[in-house]
This record gives sequence, C-alpha cells and structure tokens, in this order.
Amino acid sequence: MHGGAALVADRRPTVVVSGVASDSHTWNLVFLQLLIEELGYQVVNLGPTVPDELLVEECQELAPALIVLSSVNGHGFQDGLRVAGKLRDCQELAATPLVIGGKLGIGGEQNERQIGELLAAGFDAVFQDGATGLADFQRFINTAAGANRLAGSPGVPA
Amino acid sequence: MTLVRPADGELAAFAPVDFGAFVRERGAHAPVMQPRMGMSDPAAMRAGLAATKRAAASTVGTITLDSYTRVGDLGAVTEALRQGIALNGYPIVSYPERQTAEVLAGLRGRDFPVQVRHGSPVPQAIFAALIRLRLNATEGGPVSYCLPYGRTPLADSVRNWEESVRRYAALREQGVEPHLETFGGCMLGQMCPPSELVAISVLEALFFHHHGVRSLSLSYAQQTNHEQDVEAVWALRRLAGELLPTENWHVVVYAYMGVYPSTPGGCYRVLGLAAELAARTGSERVIVKTVAESVRIPTVEENVAALEYAAEAADLGRTGTPRMPAGESQTYLEARALVEAVLELDPDPGRALVQAFRRGLLDIPYCLHPDNRGRASSYLDEAGRLCWADLGALPLRHLVRPAGARQVSSSGLLADLSYVRRKFDEECAVLPGGRGLPPEQQRRAIVSSR
Repeated sequence: MHGGAALVADRRPTVVVSGVASDSHTWNLVFLQLLIEELGYQVVNLGPTVPDELLVEECQELAPALIVLSSVNGHGFQDGLRVAGKLRDCQELAATPLVIGGKLGIGGEQNERQIGELLAAGFDAVFQDGATGLADFQRFINTAAGANRLAGSPGVPA
Repeated sequence: MTLVRPADGELAAFAPVDFGAFVRERGAHAPVMQPRMGMSDPAAMRAGLAATKRAAASTVGTITLDSYTRVGDLGAVTEALRQGIALNGYPIVSYPERQTAEVLAGLRGRDFPVQVRHGSPVPQAIFAALIRLRLNATEGGPVSYCLPYGRTPLADSVRNWEESVRRYAALREQGVEPHLETFGGCMLGQMCPPSELVAISVLEALFFHHHGVRSLSLSYAQQTNHEQDVEAVWALRRLAGELLPTENWHVVVYAYMGVYPSTPGGCYRVLGLAAELAARTGSERVIVKTVAESVRIPTVEENVAALEYAAEAADLGRTGTPRMPAGESQTYLEARALVEAVLELDPDPGRALVQAFRRGLLDIPYCLHPDNRGRASSYLDEAGRLCWADLGALPLRHLVRPAGARQVSSSGLLADLSYVRRKFDEECAVLPGGRGLPPEQQRRAIVSSR
C-alpha cells in the first residue's frame, strides 16, 4: 500500500492522495488509492494527519498530475482552506489540479457559501459525501487529470 | 514540570473514584454504558455530561477531545475559538483549568466517573492537563494511537507514551488511582482480524502496567461476525487473566467502528449486538454508537437514546452467568502466539513493540503508517468472518493457512468495508414493524423481535 521511492520506475502519471492535517481517518484514503490506481495512475498515498508543510514538500517533489485531499472528521473546510493557499503559493503547484472531498464540516452537508470559499481558495472541485459523490469524482479524474496525462505535462486546470 | 498544580483548593482536595473499580463493581451484572461525546462549547459539554448521568442506564461520562488538540496544533484551536468555529471535541489543553473544573463541578463524583478520550501519539500536554484536573481515567496506547492515525514514528510514540504514563501513574502518590484503557482492540476500526486486536490490546495493557498504572481496561471493537466476536472477547479475557499482574482490569466492548448502517433499525441492531456481546462474555463496559453515526456527530439526545437502548439490549442478551468456554479457541491460540512472539523480543514492552513492527511480527492490514510493514492482509468470508489473506511475517504459520494474497479492488474493499451497513440495513428492512416507525417504537420493535 505504500507509495514513495518504490514507484520511481513507474511510467503512469502520479496522483497524490492525502489526508489533511487534523484528520486521522484512513479508509477513505485506502479506498481512493485503489480507485485511482484502477483508473490508470500511480498513487503516492501520504496517509492521514499530513502536516501542511509535508504535503507541500511532497507535491513539489512529485509534481503530480492531480492532488486529491480527503477529509471526514469535520475539519476539512478549515484545513482545506488553509492548505489550498499554501499549495497555490508554490509556483510549480499554482495550476496543478487540486480537489477535496468527504465530510467537510461537522453539521452534515456544507452550504454553498463554504463550497464557494473552497473553490476561491484554489480547489478545482469539491466533492461532498453523499451529495455529489463518487461518480462525479470519477468523471472529474477522467477529464482533469486525464487530459493532463495525455498532454504529459503537469498543470492543466479543470 | 509540576505534577499537580490545582486550579484551586477544592480541586487539590478532590479524590476521584477509581474508574476501574467503579466499572468492575457496577458492571459485574450488566455492562456500564458510555458515549463518545465531545463539544467545544463548555456549556454544551456540561449539558452532555449531565444528560449522560441522568440517562436511564448505568453510565460513565466521556469528554472526547478535538482533533487539533490530538495532533498538538494548539494554534489552530485558538484560531477556531477566536473565530467561533465549532471544534469536533473539547479542547482541554487550551481552556483554563477553572473552565474545565466548572464543566465537571457537581457532575463527576463517586457515582459518575468521567473518562477523557483523545487519540494522540504526542499526549504529554493532554496528560499534564488531566493530572492537574485530577481526571484519572483516559485511554489510548503507544501503538493504537500512533499507527492508524498519522506519521509520528512508532518509536517516538512509544517514548511519548512512556513519559506520559509514568507521570500519570505518579498520581497514585497523591492518593488518586489513575486508570488507562487500551485502544489496541480497535485498530483501524475494521478489517483487522480479531486475534491481532486481542494481542495488541493485551500488549498495551502490559505496557501501561510496566510503567506503573494499576487500574486497567482492555478494549475490543465489535467486528463483522457475532460468534467470532464472542470467541475474541473470551480470548481477550483469558489472555488478560493469564498475563496481567493485577486483578483490577476489565473489558470494554466498542460498538462497531467501521462503516455504520444508515437506517435507524440497522444502527440499533448493530448496537444491540454489541451490548449482547458484552453481556454474553461478562464484559463490564460498552462504548455505544448512535443512529446519526453514518452522517454526522450525534446530538446529546441521540447519545442518550443509544445508552438506554444498549442497556436494555444487554439485559435481554444476558442468559445466566457468563462462563468462559472450555478449550483453547483459534482466536486465543493466534493471539497468544502473537503476544508471546513480541514479549520474547525484549523485556521492555515498548522496545518489544517497536521491534515487532519492524520485523513484521505485528502487521496491521491496510494500515498506511510508514512503520507498518503492510504485508499482512485480510478479507471477509461468506459468513462475514474476518480471515487472513496473507500473513506477511506474522508468526502464525503453524496455526493459520492463509487464503493467499488476493488482489484487492476498490469495489471489493468497499464491499468488505460496508458489509455491516449492508447486512443490517437489509436485515432491518424485513423485520416486522422495524421500518417506518419513529425511532423509539422502532427500537422497541427490534428488541422485542429477537
């Protein structure tokens, strides 16, 4: 299940899957890894509770075709807002497709305003548990990162 | 560092009841019920504790901490409190001691002990706050609060927990008995075969005892097959009896921690089985789950309903005095083999645990932590029993013939992960009178239909 150095020889484009800083849930990340691998990518899974700085560093180094953040502990909104800015501040990650999904607030579905804030902070898409869900995410990855894979260069926005 | 810096004279004089002794006494005939509950607003936290105490069930209180406190990001706590953003738990380190003392005042007492629940591999600040507040019951462990949750190296977590547990144990010198519960029986919530859950729970209890704690409980989280769970809890009780050098221990059963049913009927059925699991095995405490679990953090009312329902289900589930079955079960043999292999590595349980993971003698299926080998894997058979697909380097080859490494697909994993939801949502859809009723009547219909 581990990513990292073992994947260097792999020619499939890389997708970074990561939890956010305060979220300790794992199964969402394990599932996403398998799903994205099945769609033809190699996945570097950073696991749960990934500090912002580590996420930024790893993404700078890996230059992934797509960054997928997942959060289900109810702090995804705050954590997502914060880390999106830090990722977008890096020149090499300014245009990398970046998405977030899961249970992002503690009160069930996020309202339109909060989704708008996440998009404004730099996310290309927000996938809510239950509402838009998996099919939308699969569609997104087949278009956003897929186009990127064909182009062979990082940084095609959605 | 000062061990006890009481907020005021009253706190210094406060001698809380031993959580372990309390639960062993109250839970001798029917399990004590406990919620998972944590609010960032002190008044809401106090109201939650009060409602738990008032519930029509034998209960203990819970203060669950927020995730920022768990990962030590106190700056984020301050920022959220300043902006009025609700946290997903009670930030005990950031609030002044007096504030927490007020939350507890008149509620915790000899008839209502309170446990603090967190989930931190860097728990020093949390333990320091507990010591100051004389909150003498908490839970966790160097493995169970590290591997599933993040990237803290296991060796660091072991050192952090050693330091914290020793300081906590020193409460005994002040006449306060500190209690620690292992979280090791809950690793990753689902898909870890029961024998390894039992083994890690026992090993963490030995770790706590080694560092001076004398009031212990051992956790086991309900998995996917009731009979396998019964066998596992008996295995846990037997190993604990054989290996723990104290009488003051009990077992706490957690209602399923994986993907929870989405129908009220399904939720209550799973909770009822967890209570029955405790009742059948003479386990003294149950951590409940609510009907809201699959959607959001539950309300106080939902928690109280779950506590009362589980108490009722435990009553109905008990048939005579539980007796440990004769003979050594498969789960017991596997768990004992794992524990013995680890303890042989080093007389110090912390060092033994670190080495065991390095060598793959303990290996948690699907755990993403860099210090977990990730070679062992598991699957559910047709009856929903958790089985080994691949043993990796686990010392179980003489006991288990693994099914062989299976290529896990995302849909296969999702099917296994949601087995309990599917099974119990479907089962309850066909229960007479189980659907379409308001929750109160529905749960009664489900209890009486058994």
